[in-house]
Amino acid sequence: MSRIVVRGLEKSYGDARVLERVSITAEPGEFLSLVGASGCGKSTFLRILLGQERQSGGVVVIGDRPIVPEPTPQRGIVFQRYSVFPHLTALQNLLLVEDFRSGGPFGRVFGARRRSARQEAETMLERVGLGHARDLYPASLSGGMQQRLAIAQTLLGRPQILLLDEPFGALDPGIRVEMHELLTELWNEHGMTVVMVTHDIGEAFKLGTRVLVFDKVRHDPEFPSAYGATITYDLKLDRKSRASARDVAEVAAMVGTTRLDSAIATTAS
Amino acid sequence: MLATGTGAVQAGAGANTASPPPSVAKTRLRLINATVSRGGAVLLGTMPFAAVAVAYLSASAQRLAVNANDKLLPAPAQMWSAFFDLATVPDKRSGDLILWADTYASLVRLFAGVGLATLMALLLGIAIGFIPRVRAFLLPFVTVVCVIPPLALLPILFIALGLGETAKITLIAIGVAPVMVRDIANRVMELPPELIAKAQTLGGNSWTMVLRLVLPQIMPRLITCVRLALGPAWLFLIAAEAIASTEGLGYRIFLVRRYLSMDVILPYVVWITLLAVATDWLLARLSHTVSPWAHPESDK
Ligand SMILES: Nc1ncnc2c1ncn2[C@@H]1O[C@H](COP(=O)(O)OP(=O)(O)OP(=O)(O)O)[C@@H](O)[C@H]1O
Ligand SMILES: [Mg+2]
Repeated sequence: MSRIVVRGLEKSYGDARVLERVSITAEPGEFLSLVGASGCGKSTFLRILLGQERQSGGVVVIGDRPIVPEPTPQRGIVFQRYSVFPHLTALQNLLLVEDFRSGGPFGRVFGARRRSARQEAETMLERVGLGHARDLYPASLSGGMQQRLAIAQTLLGRPQILLLDEPFGALDPGIRVEMHELLTELWNEHGMTVVMVTHDIGEAFKLGTRVLVFDKVRHDPEFPSAYGATITYDLKLDRKSRASARDVAEVAAMVGTTRLDSAIATTAS
Repeated sequence: MLATGTGAVQAGAGANTASPPPSVAKTRLRLINATVSRGGAVLLGTMPFAAVAVAYLSASAQRLAVNANDKLLPAPAQMWSAFFDLATVPDKRSGDLILWADTYASLVRLFAGVGLATLMALLLGIAIGFIPRVRAFLLPFVTVVCVIPPLALLPILFIALGLGETAKITLIAIGVAPVMVRDIANRVMELPPELIAKAQTLGGNSWTMVLRLVLPQIMPRLITCVRLALGPAWLFLIAAEAIASTEGLGYRIFLVRRYLSMDVILPYVVWITLLAVATDWLLARLSHTVSPWAHPESDK
């Protein structure tokens, strides 16, 4: 629901430049898919949008003001791992959202507020198909269940921007399709702006309204980390006429994926 | 002996040649894979204890056979009667039951010292681990304090705090606290940054994150820390009691040493060991109760 404007973003770790000259404007409600070779700086870009890390140069504006350099409830995140709190059951993980939101001295809400939070949490658990697992700790949930819980938890925080870093990277194909449906539904309901990093080109085209490729345009053979990656390809997808197989093939070639057939198949489905 | 399980399978197959082929191929497993059955584990675990008991009993019997008044290795009956007297017969001078008075005095010191150290570990450890400014301020100091040998401080404590309880409790506390503080701080710094970022995106502030994320996450480690600290804590307790005290388990052992009363010293050592084992077991149970998520194998 918030606009994201990035202008001339740079990020270096010491001498190693990871990102350079990254500029992009994401309109409210857009679903951006980020793809690119491993290690090119996609997660770094996401961590900057999250506020977990600061850019070395350039500006990032979220909504209508410069980004706060720490994570805030405005931006929700789902990582590939460590996305839920292992010391809380599924239900407690969701209740924690209201507890944190209240900001009270006990980090916990009581009475009527707790009851309504519980109601909301239970509804959400059912919504993501975890009603039967409400009292289980994450350690006894499967990978797919944990990610569903993580998404549910993040959405209960009602973020304006949802950041996803390979959220389905560790899931098997069948579960992935389920998760795609869930995510699409929730995105349609909530209408937040989504930025998703993925290695699955098919997933990028299937879910996104826009596909971005990160890559290096300048190379220094002497010193490979002298130049960083930037956005080399930016394709807006029309909801009605989906991406052509040629687009998919083009992006796949840029990222250097070998699973082109499956990518095209996922997109077509 | 280590591969008890495999041995049993082989013996069974050899005894009955008409038996169906075993479901698991008979191979010699690597040492690291040859697991021990429950009964086998009990048997193996008991052996060292039995070995020590047998060695003691035979040595004691030999010495007593040569000299019936030998004090060095008393027979079990002698030790039991000495111990039983200390536990049930009031002392002529004070009227106390010595064993219980000693135990009470020692445990109060031990738990007060370890309790203080735990509190410090909790407060300082979390502050150092979680708040960069506090870390910059205190971590170098704590790191240096960690390497001071606590017993070298004992004379200073006795001079500064007198010979009373305060000095002994302080010795235990400063003996074990620095390591605990460092351990907890490290553990807090090792929390996955993803979890901390996530908590902030859900609206957590520094304080509520301490309450709802850091504290529950380090609880199992804190309890482990206390369990490990109890070893050194007993050491400092007995050292302090040996030097300046009028009651306590350590005081008693060093007192009767003058009379070579092994019949008191040995049961006291066993008694201290039992107390230590019981405390350790209780803390292990506590960890399961407080942090069930950290002990998934005991879910049932
Ligand atoms: N904290 C850090 N300190 C130093 N270098 C870092 C740090 N974090 C990331 N890097 C470097 O930045 C580069 C980009 O890392 P990043 O994790 O953003 O890549 P990525 O595109 O997400 O890769 P992947 O697809 O494998 O997840 C890598 O070369 C990595 O070594
Ligand atoms: Mg990454």
